[in-house]
Amino acid sequence: MTAADTPAAGHISQDLHPRHEPAEVPALSIDGVSHSYGARRALVDINFAVAPAGFTALLGLNGAGKSTLFSLVTRLFGIQAGRISIFGHDIGIAPGEALRLLGVVFQPRTLDLDLSVRQNLLYHAALHGIVRREASLRSHEVLTRIGLDDRAGSKVRDLSGGQMRRLEIARALLHRPRLLLLDEATVGLDVKARADILNHVRQLVADQGIGVLWATHLFDEITPSDDLVVLHQGRVLAHGQVARVITDAGAHDVNSAFMRLTGAATESGSRAP
Amino acid sequence: MSSATVERNRSGFSFAAYVTCLNGIVWREALRFLHQRERFVSALVRPLVWLFIFAAGFRQVLGISIIPPYETYILYEVYIAPGLMAMIQLFNGMQSSLSMVYDREMGNMRTLLVSPLPRWYLLFCKLLAGTAVSLLQVYAFLAIAWFWDIAPPPIGYLTVLPALILSGLMLGALGMLISSGIKQLENFAGVMNFVIFPMFFASSALYPLWRVQESSPMLYYVCLFNPFTHAVELIRFALYGQANWISLAVVGGCAAAFMIGAIYAYDPSRGLIRRGPAGGET
Repeated sequence: MTAADTPAAGHISQDLHPRHEPAEVPALSIDGVSHSYGARRALVDINFAVAPAGFTALLGLNGAGKSTLFSLVTRLFGIQAGRISIFGHDIGIAPGEALRLLGVVFQPRTLDLDLSVRQNLLYHAALHGIVRREASLRSHEVLTRIGLDDRAGSKVRDLSGGQMRRLEIARALLHRPRLLLLDEATVGLDVKARADILNHVRQLVADQGIGVLWATHLFDEITPSDDLVVLHQGRVLAHGQVARVITDAGAHDVNSAFMRLTGAATESGSRAP
Repeated sequence: MSSATVERNRSGFSFAAYVTCLNGIVWREALRFLHQRERFVSALVRPLVWLFIFAAGFRQVLGISIIPPYETYILYEVYIAPGLMAMIQLFNGMQSSLSMVYDREMGNMRTLLVSPLPRWYLLFCKLLAGTAVSLLQVYAFLAIAWFWDIAPPPIGYLTVLPALILSGLMLGALGMLISSGIKQLENFAGVMNFVIFPMFFASSALYPLWRVQESSPMLYYVCLFNPFTHAVELIRFALYGQANWISLAVVGGCAAAFMIGAIYAYDPSRGLIRRGPAGGET
């Protein structure tokens, strides 16, 4: 038996360490996904991929379908049409394999306000089958990284909005995922907290090779080197590197490219029978 | 081959991972329960009010004949004790259901549902955690009731445990099933009116079924088909070291049926969570 097989540190961690897939397998692959709430179509034939160790911004106004898409990727909703894979694992066929590679920060706060910072992390670790000792080590590690180690015993409700968001990101990374989804993670935060969180996530991409899908409606959170998916009224209007999307739209920046794309889409949509 | 490999099951998680998950969910429920002291107090006060006030007032009116499992005449307080134990579990089951609706509204439920472990297992852990909390409450009630001459044979405190676990699972699973159908916290008041009160009053918790049959044969059949009646009778017999096999079968069957229903309801491709995004989300 190797050290990695010992119960204390080994086989649970081993469960959670990602397996190595070929480099060409996308972190997230969305193929032909559609979703409706009754008669209302929230998503229509969505196709795009997120590269491993890449930052992809999912840009859309409120009501574009970003949260619906996140709910499908995280299996909160059942997939009605199409296919979603995380590192090649189909979320509908092998949800356990797919979800263990996924960390997620939802738009609403999902922390337990009555538990302490550390207790929230330990609870999350338990839900991923990480044994207590390993979970304690990882909790300490992530809290130190986000500068909240001195607040480990504080109730979550006593944290500021920015600290809660940082804690949610730390929690999403506790089981060492390879893909991180963030749904409007900076909403309601001040300028500095927003910048801190965005820098932290970009650092994760650079240092740890984590693929990130960052849903936002804020143009200033997108940089020219990012991949960009423009989602509007449930449809993907453009997908590619930011510079290319801007060029293809005949615009000079993301803001005007988005306005051109969505303006055109709304116009053609309003003309549709 | 390592032990870890041997232990892996189809979903790729070791046995220890499942145990860790169960421990974590039970631990979180216990913490939440302990943090909500008023919940613990109200869970105890409710049956004690019935015992100290209601039973004292009605003991002269509602005489109890010698019926199994009792072998002699008993005080009315002794008769209703098992019903009050089941009532604690009924309220706890509905409280858990309320907590699940709250968690869903607040977003906490997502933390649970995006776990890579199988969803049926996560829900089962949640159910076990709720049952464990109800056991704490019931034994605290029994400890206080002992000073009120509710003193079953000492072995009864042990033999009633499996009955309490089974009835706790049944009532918790019912709560979970109900929670899947409630969209908003405000709708929960309906559960009180349409589930808790009818289940409790149309049962053998407060009066034996033969008395009900004397006054209303129709109500007797309603009580007879009420799963809560069988939870009460299962607990009553077990508290005196006996088994009521019919009640055991009914409670076991209902627990399984409610659990299957709850798992079905929480399945992303069929149940509650496909209805739509939470408020404010898109």
